[in-house]
This record gives sequence, C-alpha cells and structure tokens, in this order.
Amino acid sequence: MGITVSLGAVLAIIFVALIGGSTPGLQYVFGVFLPYVAFAVFLAGFAYRVVNWGRSPVPFRIPTTAGQEYSLPWIKQSKIDNPSTLWGVLIRMALEILVFRSLFRNTKAELRSGHIVFGPAKWLWLGALAFHWSFLIIAIRHVRLFVEPIPVVVQALDTVDGMLQIGAPALYITDLLLVVAVTYLFLRRLVVPRMRYISLPADYFPLLLIFAIATTGILMRYFIRVDIVGVKTILVGLSTFHPTIPEGIGAIFFIHLTLVAVLLAYFPFSKLMHLGGVFLSPTRNLANNNRMKRHVNPWNYPVKVHTYEAYENEFREQMKEAGIPVERE
Amino acid sequence: MYDANKILIGLAIFLGLMTYPVWSGLGRAVQAPKPEIDTPIIQKMPEKKCVENTHFMKTTHMQLINEWRDDALRKGEREYTNARGEKVLMSLQLTCMNCHSNKDKFCDSCHNYAGVNPYCWDCHLTPKQMKEGI
Ligand code: HEC
Ligand code: HEC
Ligand code: HEC
Repeated sequence: MGITVSLGAVLAIIFVALIGGSTPGLQYVFGVFLPYVAFAVFLAGFAYRVVNWGRSPVPFRIPTTAGQEYSLPWIKQSKIDNPSTLWGVLIRMALEILVFRSLFRNTKAELRSGHIVFGPAKWLWLGALAFHWSFLIIAIRHVRLFVEPIPVVVQALDTVDGMLQIGAPALYITDLLLVVAVTYLFLRRLVVPRMRYISLPADYFPLLLIFAIATTGILMRYFIRVDIVGVKTILVGLSTFHPTIPEGIGAIFFIHLTLVAVLLAYFPFSKLMHLGGVFLSPTRNLANNNRMKRHVNPWNYPVKVHTYEAYENEFREQMKEAGIPVERE
Repeated sequence: MYDANKILIGLAIFLGLMTYPVWSGLGRAVQAPKPEIDTPIIQKMPEKKCVENTHFMKTTHMQLINEWRDDALRKGEREYTNARGEKVLMSLQLTCMNCHSNKDKFCDSCHNYAGVNPYCWDCHLTPKQMKEGI
C-alpha cells in the first residue's frame, strides 16, 4: 500500500517533468521557476522548524546517561557517554553526527537454543554511513556546476571521488555507493516483516525519490549524455539571478532537476528534517549537570507568598490580645 | 528560546553554507566558455565539421574517445566510420588534436569551466609538446 502510493508519486513527478522538459515553453517553468520556489521553501521551512524546536522549554537536562556520571574524585567518569562539560557534549555530538555512534550500538535479539542472545547488528549502521556520506560528497561535488571559479576543495573532492579512473567520464565511487546503500535501505523495509509492518508512505517516498534522483543523475552522466556546459549555464544563471535556458538540453536534465526540487520542498515537512533535528536532540546535546548548575523550570509561575513577617505585621494586635508570642513588639 | 545563541548561530551557518553559490557569485558576471576552432587545419577546411555532429561532440566526445581507446588498443581496430560514412583514424593525438591543436583555448576552456581535468595528458602529448618534440 505505502509502496504503491510512494512509487506512484515518484513516477508522476517523473512523467510531469518529462513533459515539461521536452516542451520548450515549459522548460522555463521547470528549469527556473520550480527550483527557485523549492529552494525558498526549503530555506524558510528549515529555519522555521529549527526555530520552532528551539522554542521548546528545556526545564532540566535529560541526556541518556550511557556511563558513569561525574561524581567523587576517585570514581572514574565516562566523559563522553555521560558528559558534564561543553567539551564532552561536543565530542559526543561529533561522534553521533559524523559516525552515527548510537546506531553502531544497535543490537539484535535472537533466540538461540532456548536462550535470548543479544548480538551485534552492524549492517544498518554500515548502510546508513555509506548512504549519508555518499550523499554529502555528491552534494558538495555538485557545487562545481553552480559557481565559477570552482573552489579548490570541490575540485579536489571530485578528483578523489573519480580516482578509479574507470571509463570516461570517470566513474565516481560515491555514485556506486549511494545506489547500493539506498537499495539496501529500501529492501530492508520491504523484506524484513517487522520493518515492513512499521513502514509508511513517508518512509518509502524519500527513499524512492532519492533512488530516482540518483538513477537520473547516473543516466545523465554515463548513458543519456547532456551538454554539461549548457547545464552549468542554467545553474550558474540560477545562482546569480540571471536565469537562462540554453537550447538543446535533454529532458533527462529537467527530470533530475524537478526531482531534486521536490526533495528540497518536501524536506522541511518530512522525516528528512533529522538533518537539523540530530543537532537538537536533547538526549545527546545536553550536559548531565542537573545537580551542578541551577536549572530554572520555565513553567514556574510567580507564586504569591505571604511571609511570616508580613503575617505578623498584619495580625500583631490580634496575636497580642490572644496572648500568642510575637517576634517583634 | 533556550540556548538561543547556539541554535541561531548553527542555523545561520547552515543557511550560509546552503546559499554559498548565491553569495559567492554576487556581482560577478560568469561567461560561458567559447571554445575556439581557429586552428590552421580547421581554417583550411571547406566545410567546418567535426568527426560527428556538433551536439554529439559537445555531449558525448569523452565517450567517443574512450571507445576509440578500447577499440584501438584492445581490438586492434584503428579505423572509425562516422555517421557521414567517412573513415577516421582512431587517435587522440593524431586525429582530435591534429584539428584542435589549440588545446588550451579549446578543450581546456570547457574543462576548466566544467571542473574536469582529464588525466589523459599524464601520458599523451599535448599538441604543444608534440611540436616541441618532447
Ligand atoms: C564544449 C565544451 C568541451 C570541449 C570543447 C571539450 N570538452 Fe571534453 N568534456 C567536456 C565536459 C563538460 C566534460 C565533463 C562531462 C561530465 O562531467 O560529465 C568533458 C569530459 C572530457 C573527458 C572525460 C574526463 C573525465 O575524466 O571525466 C575527456 C577525456 C575529454 N573531455 C576530452 C576532451 C578533448 C580531448 C577535447 C579537445 C579535443 C575536449 N574534451 C573538448 C566539455 C568539452
Ligand atoms: C577534421 C578536423 C576535426 C577533427 C579530427 C576533430 N574535430 Fe572536433 N571540431 C572540428 C570542427 C571544425 C568543429 C566546429 C564545428 C562543429 O561545432 O561541429 C569541432 C567541434 C568540436 C566540439 C564542439 C565544440 C563546441 O563548439 O561546443 C568538440 C567537443 C570537439 N570538436 C571535440 C573533438 C574531439 C574529442 C575529437 C576527436 C575525437 C575531434 N573533435 C576531432 C574539427 C575536428
Ligand atoms: C598510463 C598512460 C595513459 C593514459 C593515462 C592514457 N593513455 Fe591513451 N594510450 C596510452 C598508450 C601507451 C597508448 C597506445 C598507443 C598506441 O599503441 O598507439 C594509448 C592509446 C590511446 C588511444 C588510441 C591510439 C592513439 O593513437 O590515440 C586513444 C584513443 C587513447 N589512448 C585515449 C586516451 C584517453 C581519452 C585518455 C584519458 C581518458 C587516455 N588515453 C589516457 C597511454 C595512456
């Protein structure tokens, strides 16, 4: 069910873009208008989501404490897994974001001769690592098509990625890795019954969309060639606000561009927002200093207090009459 | 907002990186390359035609010479018949670069713009090196 909906949506996007890309009058809509709108939605939506999360109250620290907390001097603290300082948190976050440390700790429960055994389960971690890093490198590589002159870092990354020197244009390692990884992540949802049970269209759609983006990109680079100089002219035109559409650019480019535009516009409203969310995970990014620093509960409303002093001032005469001792005469 | 300064700085860095192509190119006009075909051999041609038609050459020349390389070195076929039925010697240095002897104003002008750096010239001689007899 979820797969059919997602697949239908992706195919519909491809079909519409195919028509738009092969109709000269519509090329401007798909090559200029749509990318601008999508990018604006992406930036504004992303900022909105992050600020919205940032406004949530943080009454106290709720890090997952995966080790010994800061305690007496002779008890060794686990400085990264139960950080009490900014540095500890920074290292913890860096490991989480760069190498997905908590995914690495994934375990799998199995019944072996009547006993439950917890074994390591690293495939998801490996697939996720391959997928995210390839995606990042591919995104950075694409900068060569948006700016002139091309930054040295981008050029160097391009060279390293193509270092196998297979064929011309040279095969990129990340192209291969991305397709393998995204296929794995998709099949995992399809084949493992428990995964399939919890998978929704919102899980399949991004995977299929990214698969379609990768496939059209690879087709365009190795099989249905387009004029890259013309493509760069369009993209530089977009980034310098002088949009132009040169003639003779194949429809495959417009399909690729439209799929990317859909991904960008969809991004802020989907689970893909974990790009921003991972930085804001309170169970990772808070130092465990609940008892070292004072954390004021933001929900505290101003309590009306009646101090004893004020009470006595108010009732001193009555108290004296009744013979109750008072502190000040 | 809690930890507003940290969150807003992070967000600003992200938005800055995402819009890098926009602000890095502000006020800079980018010229698309114009590969020059003004070489002695091409000037002498009555009809200025490449091995295949222009669109094919623009988009697919790298695949063509890659095929040439494989055909010449693995199958020993050194003659290519193009769409017009003409026979051409399959050679990078003796065919392509014979006509396009202005490598830096032709091949390189596009390649620098597109950010590709073909490694072919690690071994093959550029027209300039050929003339100097290196
Ligand atoms: C119209 C512009 C243009 C001209 C002129 C041109 N090229 Fe290219 N060439 C390109 C583009 C663009 C690419 C990269 C395609 C890509 O990135 O998908 C490329 C890629 C290549 C590659 C593959 C490089 C790699 O490692 O990926 C080779 C080899 C190549 N060109 C050879 C030549 C030679 C030799 C000449 C001169 C006779 C030449 N080209 C002239 C635009 C041009
Ligand atoms: C007989 C001379 C000749 C040979 C050999 C030749 N070219 Fe060309 N080439 C031309 C001419 C003339 C043009 C310009 C006419 C045109 O655009 O079709 C041209 C155009 C091109 C273009 C398009 C440039 C643009 O304006 O965008 C490319 C790329 C190119 N050649 C690459 C090659 C490569 C690679 C080879 C070797 C496989 C090669 N040429 C062999 C004469 C030649
Ligand atoms: C490691 C060195 C090396 C590199 C790098 C290299 N070649 Fe070659 N190439 C050779 C040698 C050696 C021959 C054989 C020459 C012969 O027998 O005619 C050859 C032959 C060829 C031939 C056919 C014969 C001829 O005269 O041109 C083509 C076409 C060719 N190379 C294209 C390329 C292209 C395109 C690239 C870059 C993508 C490239 N080569 C990179 C070493 C190299």
